[in-house]
Amino acid sequence: MPSISHLLETFANSYPIFLEGMWLTLRLTAISILIAVFFGLFFSLLKISNVKVLNWIADVYIGVIRGTPLIVQIFIFYFGLSNLGISAFWSAALGLALHNGAYIAEIFRGSIQSIEKGQMEAGRSLGMSHTLTMRRIILPQAFRRALPPLGNQFIIGLKDSSLAAFISLSELFSIATTQGARTFDEMTYLMIVAFYYLVLVLAFTVLVNMLERKLAASD
Amino acid sequence: MAEKREMIKVEKLNKSFGDLHVLKDVDMTVKESDVVVLIGASGSGKSTLLRCLNFLEIKNSGTITIEGKQIEPDKDDLNKVRQTVGMVFQHFNLFPHKTVLENVIEAPLMVKKMKKDEAVKEGKELLAKVGLAEKADVYPSKLSGGQKQRVAIARSLAMKPDIMLFDEPTSALDPELVGEVLSTMKELAREGMTMVVVTHEMGFAREVADWVCYMHGGRIVERGHPDELFDNPTEQRTQDFLSSIL
Ligand SMILES: Nc1ncnc2c1ncn2[C@@H]1O[C@H](COP(=O)(O)OP(=O)(O)OP(=O)(O)O)[C@@H](O)[C@H]1O
Ligand SMILES: [Mg+2]
Repeated sequence: MPSISHLLETFANSYPIFLEGMWLTLRLTAISILIAVFFGLFFSLLKISNVKVLNWIADVYIGVIRGTPLIVQIFIFYFGLSNLGISAFWSAALGLALHNGAYIAEIFRGSIQSIEKGQMEAGRSLGMSHTLTMRRIILPQAFRRALPPLGNQFIIGLKDSSLAAFISLSELFSIATTQGARTFDEMTYLMIVAFYYLVLVLAFTVLVNMLERKLAASD
Repeated sequence: MAEKREMIKVEKLNKSFGDLHVLKDVDMTVKESDVVVLIGASGSGKSTLLRCLNFLEIKNSGTITIEGKQIEPDKDDLNKVRQTVGMVFQHFNLFPHKTVLENVIEAPLMVKKMKKDEAVKEGKELLAKVGLAEKADVYPSKLSGGQKQRVAIARSLAMKPDIMLFDEPTSALDPELVGEVLSTMKELAREGMTMVVVTHEMGFAREVADWVCYMHGGRIVERGHPDELFDNPTEQRTQDFLSSIL
């Protein structure tokens, strides 16, 4: 184990390069989760639709994503998309988005179905269409209910973004491994990167809690 | 005096859920400004009948004519029909993420494309009418059950319906809150609203109902003026039911 003073010293010397990695990690996570929310919403609506084919499409998507390792998905995207001239960053972002989208689809499906049946009926009885009631009444409530599991999924996505290191993106984890390999001091850099992830996750948890409390004002 | 308009005409209405035949050849006519009270045991089909009238449930056979126009669910624009047939639910079904005023103006804004300031003005008038002007900006979770139901009535009225359906509007309320909702409904009745009300509030029925229907096993087995039906029911089943609830 590295000594505390050695850890602190290495930390102080390496922070500029880690901050760069952190910035890439954050961008990758934010962009992929943002796209994943759209995928998730789209597939959750397919999943709850009355049209059998649409249910089936959503089931296949969710089944394939859940049934295969994320690292395989990222590599497939990387090799598939780099032929089309798409950068490693966007391959990773899309791979992560599609992956998280499947889980977010299940989160949304659950939260949409948890909204009382009476809400749709009230909207319809006022002359609102199914789509309008969905958009104005059901989805806003479902989003709120989905917030805690969505926050959780964001944290998982943040940590999973470390797999992008394997397609040569210099995000946080890849910086730790390259620095470690260069200096033969792997343990020190791994502990440092663990610290960075922990700080990000804690900061994000606080953020989500604040948002939840704000939205809970109406309940 | 001219013959009153027929607001609702139901003929040979049948509705099943799978194998369960819930409404059996129901006939009913409701004229303008009529207040009709539906009573009957649990499971007799009262809610289903009401929900067929605004097409939350789709009939299997028979005809439903609203204000002279026979409505065919697969051809007619039901969203349009529902604008003229408002509904108030047992459990209020207010939109919890919207304030009281937002609940009331949602459909006028979104469906009727009313201007915001106009909708707000009318919404506030409606809230004043149900005695809740000062609650415009609170969320439904802060209201008592009776207040919630009055907001739900205002929300429904905001679409300016010609007919109002009430499905047990007071049965989820604490006893001391029933009166405020009933008096709002009585006021509506006095103003000439056409109403179909499922309720077991006999006092309300006696005071405002033009006639009462007793439902049993998916049929309307007896109908009449409340005083007649309550005091001298002709059918044994009606007598049994009345003695069970009084
Ligand atoms: N969506 C549905 N699917 C299947 N069965 C239903 C459905 N809605 C109602 N039913 C059944 O139809 C019958 C009539 O129900 P309905 O709700 O109309 O009765 P009700 O007279 O309103 O009773 P209550 O006084 O309990 O409200 C009941 O047996 C009920 O279980
Ligand atoms: Mg009922």
